[in-house]
Amino acid sequence: MKTDPSRWQPVAGNGLLDRRAFLRSGAAVAAAMSAYTLTRAAAAEPLADDPWSTVPGATVPDYGVRSRFEKNVVRTLSNPKAEPRTQHARTPHHLLHGTTTPNGLHFVISHAGDPDVDPDRHRLVIHGLVKRPLVFTLEALARYPMVSRVSFVECGGNSAPMFSREPIQASVQALHGLCSCAEWTGVPLSVLLDETGIDPKAKWLIAEGADAPALSRSVPMTKALDDAMIALYQNGERLMPGNGYPMRLLLPGWEGNMNVKWLRRLKLVEAPAMSYYEARTYAPILPNGKAYQFFFLQEVKSFITHPSFGLKLNGPGFYEISGIAYSASGRISKVMVSADGGSTWAQAALQEPVLSKAFTRFRAPWRWDGGPAVLQSRAWDEAGNAQPTRAQIVAQRGQARGVPPVTGFPSQHYNGVTSWAVERDGEVKHVYA
Amino acid sequence: MSTRKPANCACALALVLAWGVAFAEGPGLGKPLEPAEIAAWDISIMPDGTGLPPGGGTPAQGEHIYAQKCAVCHGENAKGGVNAALVGGRALTSGIDTPKTIANFWPYSTTVFDFIRRAMPWQQPRSLTDNEVYALTAYILAENKLIGQDDSMNAETLPKVRMPNRDGFIIRFPDKI
Repeated sequence: MKTDPSRWQPVAGNGLLDRRAFLRSGAAVAAAMSAYTLTRAAAAEPLADDPWSTVPGATVPDYGVRSRFEKNVVRTLSNPKAEPRTQHARTPHHLLHGTTTPNGLHFVISHAGDPDVDPDRHRLVIHGLVKRPLVFTLEALARYPMVSRVSFVECGGNSAPMFSREPIQASVQALHGLCSCAEWTGVPLSVLLDETGIDPKAKWLIAEGADAPALSRSVPMTKALDDAMIALYQNGERLMPGNGYPMRLLLPGWEGNMNVKWLRRLKLVEAPAMSYYEARTYAPILPNGKAYQFFFLQEVKSFITHPSFGLKLNGPGFYEISGIAYSASGRISKVMVSADGGSTWAQAALQEPVLSKAFTRFRAPWRWDGGPAVLQSRAWDEAGNAQPTRAQIVAQRGQARGVPPVTGFPSQHYNGVTSWAVERDGEVKHVYA
Repeated sequence: MSTRKPANCACALALVLAWGVAFAEGPGLGKPLEPAEIAAWDISIMPDGTGLPPGGGTPAQGEHIYAQKCAVCHGENAKGGVNAALVGGRALTSGIDTPKTIANFWPYSTTVFDFIRRAMPWQQPRSLTDNEVYALTAYILAENKLIGQDDSMNAETLPKVRMPNRDGFIIRFPDKI
């Protein structure tokens, strides 16, 4: 391969390289890469067979489990003893790659535990302002023509620690772990509503779960008839119990809590029910004492996962800066990355396919010179929305009075920039920049 | 979104004729059901009172039930325990992280009834009678001085309780409704 010296020229401050450098140079650059966890001590002795190469391996299990060396790749639990309050399990974005969240690592919020739903007895009722109230079994729904789509789901309270007055030293899992992305397969809700018929007076539907608190949320009919789905499958297998087994409402791009799990009832109504979670929980207070209601959208957002807090850089050299971007308003159109705290920016490469309302992986090659650096990403979506800086969010939405617990929710719907400071020893700190 | 295609119409019509199903479109695998069959699940309460059941209760009745079934989490006199206080609350201008309470935040009284009935007590949801839910709602509203100590809550009176923060909201994305 012919060497093009220009690809090694920085395109932005502090060592950011052209995003196309890898595409042009292939293996040559890959070989020059440093890594976050590899050590350099390996090649001192002649190569020889390792013990696992000289004996037959283990029995293949009927349901695959990951290598025993990956046991540390787990969700963090806010309430592991199931005390009488909400449980949160956060996705370890810094230990994953690509755009699909494995089912066992998909984030979960359960307000009173995960119900043990018997799929043969579960029912979905659609009633209210319909021409014909209908009840569907899982077996019946499984016979309908299905669709698959990749969609992120994000809690309206994800990233809430970013409202802290001081940057909380915590991983991307702790800060942004209440969002995940999967391929969901199920029946378009519009197909079922075709069969019940819709009274023209219906402007909303109330979605309700079969969990202990019968969680309920009001959803505008426009969304229900747009891209809502009764999801039965998650990354090819039936939904995980924590993600709504055997069926959930999927509202691509909209506030996670509205994607009602263990869905058992849809009631078409004229006006919203003003349920607990819409009237109280996901209505963020503004600095003037008013509060936003019906936020719905998980607005355009990105954060760097590699490197990030907790991942140490093994000395100066080449690294790939990588992260996740997504928006409720369609496809990600552009992600810019900075290594100097936002003074200069380089355009990141977007991993194809770039899908609407789905995680988009962005990557930017970087040569770390061993000096202090502050890494940031900013995303734009195809509707023209730009991810705000943290300062812009704080100016509009305010910030907490102090430093809340990292598992706390001082407010909701933060979609601003996250900044990681790389120190001389390779440690990564969370900073506001 | 629709799966309908003109080419399928004749086929669907044939199915209607052959099976006598009531639907001209789609697989038609939902089973019709009567409102009476849905009643036990149909627990939605609307802000105008639609859905509120018969019955009623007073703050005094609610105080007794509260002590038995609620105080363990929400504390004596609803002032907070391992879970949130149900009485009081600071002005929302004290900060964006001001704890949201029934008195300082909730826009509709009907949400109190709806949430207690569907989700409380945490260990035994939907174990309370409608009269008990009315009484607990009355007790909490009275402790917050939103109704009088002798006011009974029922399907007529509850929706008329005006909550202090009723007009405190801005719809974030009105074009999505």
